[in-house]
Amino acid sequence: MAEFRQIGWKASVPTLVIVLLAAVPPFLSSYWVGLLTQIMIFAILAMSLDILLGYTGLPSLGHAGFFGVAAYTVAVLATAYHAGFWTCVVSGIIIGTLLSAAFGLLVSHVRDVYFLMITLALGMVLWGLSNRWITVTGGDNGISGIPRVMTGPITFYEVTLLIFIGCTALMMLFISSPFGFTLKGIRESESRMKSLGVNTWLHCYLSYVIAGAFASVAGVLWAYYNAFVGPTYLDLTASSEVFLMVTLGGPGTLVGPALGAGAIVLLKNVISAYTQRWLMILGAIYIMTILGAPQGLWNLRWRSRSRA
Amino acid sequence: MIYIITQTLNGLFSAALLFLIASGLTLVFGVMRIVNIAHGSFYMLGVYVAYTIVARTHSLFLGTLAAVSAVAAAGFVVERLFLRRFASQPLAQMMMTMGFALLFRDAAFMIWGGDPFTLPYPSALRGSIEANDIVFPMYRLFVVFVAAVVGVVLWALNEKTLIGAKLRAAVDDAEMAAGTGINVALLSGLVFAAGAGLAAFGGVMGGPILGGYPGMDLDLLPLAFVVVIIGGMGSLKGALVGSIVVGLIDNFGKALVPELSYFTLFAPMVIVLAIKPTGLYGRV
Repeated sequence: MAEFRQIGWKASVPTLVIVLLAAVPPFLSSYWVGLLTQIMIFAILAMSLDILLGYTGLPSLGHAGFFGVAAYTVAVLATAYHAGFWTCVVSGIIIGTLLSAAFGLLVSHVRDVYFLMITLALGMVLWGLSNRWITVTGGDNGISGIPRVMTGPITFYEVTLLIFIGCTALMMLFISSPFGFTLKGIRESESRMKSLGVNTWLHCYLSYVIAGAFASVAGVLWAYYNAFVGPTYLDLTASSEVFLMVTLGGPGTLVGPALGAGAIVLLKNVISAYTQRWLMILGAIYIMTILGAPQGLWNLRWRSRSRA
Repeated sequence: MIYIITQTLNGLFSAALLFLIASGLTLVFGVMRIVNIAHGSFYMLGVYVAYTIVARTHSLFLGTLAAVSAVAAAGFVVERLFLRRFASQPLAQMMMTMGFALLFRDAAFMIWGGDPFTLPYPSALRGSIEANDIVFPMYRLFVVFVAAVVGVVLWALNEKTLIGAKLRAAVDDAEMAAGTGINVALLSGLVFAAGAGLAAFGGVMGGPILGGYPGMDLDLLPLAFVVVIIGGMGSLKGALVGSIVVGLIDNFGKALVPELSYFTLFAPMVIVLAIKPTGLYGRV
């Protein structure tokens, strides 16, 4: 009976969330619809990082790089080359994924703090490129004027919602697949997985590439949503913002990072209306998260329930 | 030829600065396994504090002293109050330093504003040295010399003194070291303070040329990280070799392919990582 109820609960809550997300736009102002769109985009990004950080145990500090590179690809193709919509979308995702496939070769054999430092350095290389390769990226000014798409009957919000649902479903399938369980095994004890005959390098590599692919999807969405791309979307602050979304929400759960993304995006927008001190507040949230809920809020909730 | 020699000398100057900064980063990593994201912030705070003190007192020496001690004190407080309770949890510690990096960055912007500035040159080192058509500013040579002295002092401290012996014991096995009566917690605090102080010192040394500006903390951080990754995390010798490699490559890269200057740094790191993932002199 309890099992039934749990399955019913598990199926009904996501359905409810989807129905709510689909039904609310007519009742909201465009500001809030925009905010919800942002939240979904960053939720995809945060969940993709969670595949690495939460499920595989690989703390990447350069994850915003793929997001940014995909966004830049769309921006460059759409403005400088006037490429069509689908060309931009597909190339954005492909280039972001290819980049993660290349970087993956460099990072998949290192772990823990080494992984952290190297991904940080790689992320900063991308940032440096976006900042200094002025002829292509426009440097500090970024690239603006990405054409608006989907202003017609099917709004950008609805498309984002569909992609968000699709990505979430795919990621859920991925982490509950045998492959996903192997990743969790590597997180818990790599040496044991190795002795079971698992090619842990390949698993880490694929996990990195898949996370990069989902981050690229989010980046493409962001380029079209924002109509502007600049170096700030792939610098260390951006990567650490995503890192915080995952940690605050709860690594190792997809729900947590999605909620974390919601919390951070909301806070950022609300706070920015009152003060310029967003970075300081972000830093404070970081410190408080580590002090108060190092396992993330969503995990905190489960723990207190299982204790009771 | 003259061009190459001048660029090499400039590269050595960059290497000297990088060594001052990266040695602090690698020291902290070696002893505590902390990936210190706030290291760039300490470098930045050093320049800003020195700027304020120099503006008040017109003494570079006082400015340097104040910057190094203030930043070292800040580092000590951060370690004792916030990082110590997460000892041997590298991820939590990294995130803590990340939080402080963001805090410091915004605080510096709030206090000192967004205008870039440079520190004044010390009057005794204003000129330049000429030999066979090669003109090299005296100050840059001075910085190379200072970095060499710091390197020797750090080496001697580590290898020849009691505190160095305690430090090496704590690196090898913190628990055993604590068992023999070494106050590892205090030692860690001091090492973190020393690392922060070194970063601040590097900032002040580079101050007359590189100056201070918002965002300098994150400009520097990847350079310092690449040095430490190439040299091997936790190794002083590695920091030395790494900073020379990165300093030279960065300098020639900027001179030859300015648009991709940042990207040229990437190459040596990739090569080293492919051959030896722990860096040239890193231990597992």
